[in-house]
Amino acid sequence: MASKPSDPGGDTLPLLEPGHTFGSITDKISSIVLTGRTPLFWYITFGVGFILVLVLLFCITALVAVGVGLFGVMIPVAWGFAIVNFVWWIGIGHAGTLISAILLLLRQKWRQSINRFAEAMTLFAVACAGIFPLIHLGRPWFFYWLFPYPSTMGVQPQFRSPLVWDVFAVSTYFTVSLLFWFLGLIPDLATLRDRATRRMPRFIYGMLAMGWRGSAIHWHRYEMAYLLLAGLATPLVVSVHTVVSFDFAVALVPGWHSTIFPPYFVAGAIYSGFAMVLTIAIPLRRLYGLEDFITLRHLKNMAIVMLATGMIVAYGYLMETFMAWYSGDLFEKYMMMNRMFGPYGWMYWILILFNILIPQALWIRRLQTKPWVLFLIAIAVNIGMWLERYVIVVVSLHRDFMPSAWGMYSGTVFDYGVLVGTIGLFVALLFLFIRLLPMISIFEMRELVHEEEGRSQ
Amino acid sequence: MAKLPIYGLMAEFDSPEALLEAARRAFAAGFRKIDAYSPFPVDGLAEAIGFHHTRVPLIVLIGGIIGCLGGFYLQYWVAVIDYPINIGGRPFNSWPSFIPVTFELTILIASLFAFFGVLALNRLPMPYHPVFNVERFQLASRNRFFLCIEAVDRNFEPERTRRFLDEIGSLGTYEVES
Repeated sequence: MASKPSDPGGDTLPLLEPGHTFGSITDKISSIVLTGRTPLFWYITFGVGFILVLVLLFCITALVAVGVGLFGVMIPVAWGFAIVNFVWWIGIGHAGTLISAILLLLRQKWRQSINRFAEAMTLFAVACAGIFPLIHLGRPWFFYWLFPYPSTMGVQPQFRSPLVWDVFAVSTYFTVSLLFWFLGLIPDLATLRDRATRRMPRFIYGMLAMGWRGSAIHWHRYEMAYLLLAGLATPLVVSVHTVVSFDFAVALVPGWHSTIFPPYFVAGAIYSGFAMVLTIAIPLRRLYGLEDFITLRHLKNMAIVMLATGMIVAYGYLMETFMAWYSGDLFEKYMMMNRMFGPYGWMYWILILFNILIPQALWIRRLQTKPWVLFLIAIAVNIGMWLERYVIVVVSLHRDFMPSAWGMYSGTVFDYGVLVGTIGLFVALLFLFIRLLPMISIFEMRELVHEEEGRSQ
Repeated sequence: MAKLPIYGLMAEFDSPEALLEAARRAFAAGFRKIDAYSPFPVDGLAEAIGFHHTRVPLIVLIGGIIGCLGGFYLQYWVAVIDYPINIGGRPFNSWPSFIPVTFELTILIASLFAFFGVLALNRLPMPYHPVFNVERFQLASRNRFFLCIEAVDRNFEPERTRRFLDEIGSLGTYEVES
């Protein structure tokens, strides 16, 4: 039914398993939310996440009460885990909007069963990311000094600084992702309102759906607004990690001051984002029996995107090394030698292994449709991308220009606590989302059924 | 205008094609106060009931222009007028450095206008609407398609309109209480 006989690539994996109707899709996806019974694995995963959220709250409380000295940061390495984790989470948060917006503009139908939870993942990842610069401020209660406001002190933010651009980029990204996600949810909330049998869910979903009734005129405006939001989100998603890379590239530190940073950061962000989508999608489709909707075709396509962006990242690594040699700059050359063979050299090689070598397995066609292989590769990429940021942030800083200013850095228990805590926050929010809202866009799946029917006739 | 006893008549269909065809015929028969309801956007349905243009793009454009000019002026005002400070000898109006924030604010305000614009044009949130009085209408968000001819239409006449809806393939015609 979904096969494409004319497809030159011979891609016969379906986007949607055959035999589904508007009704069956609606019932299947909404029943995950509306069921009275919560599966045991949900309690276990959410429970673990929640415990880690408590770890996060404890660490943040300590960091506010005692001070940022609990982190391992010390001159010369003043940007430690907090910035590494910030960049890592923001990168993960890039896949959602990419899948929703760019693939929408490119009319890629395979986005339709993965866009919703990828967008949710984006929101939660950006929320996790936002925590880090805040606590890294040292005095987080003064965070509003970053915004221009009529201050009685008569001072204003410095708009020539990439760090201020970052504030605007990340908060805009979060807001726009939230609007995009919620706009996509409205028709599905109406479905939940109409399908709910108990009073309370009916009321809550009803309030959130705002009286959506599926009128043709409403759909017409809705589709236009959705398309425009996608068009706005597309340059935004590219700009966010570009601005994040400016935080580094505008500085004069060897290993940071490089024009390749913006494209290389954006590719890395998409790479890690897709890795995280796979990390989440593969267990979920199994646990909730969603193999009909999130098919091997989706996994395969995501694997290919991962491979492509991974190659761009590999090119970035190659060029950094080449430029260090070609520049003839003493400090650049030293930075690269130190990165490879210095005290943190082992991290660099694990990073190359996880980010570049292991994902090459994706060239093998058979492996592109093996969920557990993809899952393991995705985990490797997640770790590899974290190490990449560690290498960029810490290893570039720890050998300052003067040997007298050299130092070593390692995270303290609070560094690890906050990192693990945000992973817990991410998991907990994601599982709350899965339990309370439809994780697959129901109305877009109905559209897909309709289109697939049209093609089979 | 006297209060009408009913909001309109609603016909049920089981496929988007049937609804589209019915909507076209209702429009051709001279009905203008009609609306079609579907569980997913159907291509050409809005046009079939005589709705061609939407102001959403204009609203988004206005939002974008406000965000762009406002965003740049915000930085200009901060850096040149309110808090001029010499940073490495750069001019107060270092406009290239102001581009990223200008860009972000353009996107931000345009997106806010898109989101709230579409809600406002659709008159949402709307806590009450008569179509929900039809019990079958809850399937409009699942797998059924509905066409409603409203009682305010000039050509509306309960008996004749009901017969017309049956003729154009309605699987069930319901009165919508107002």
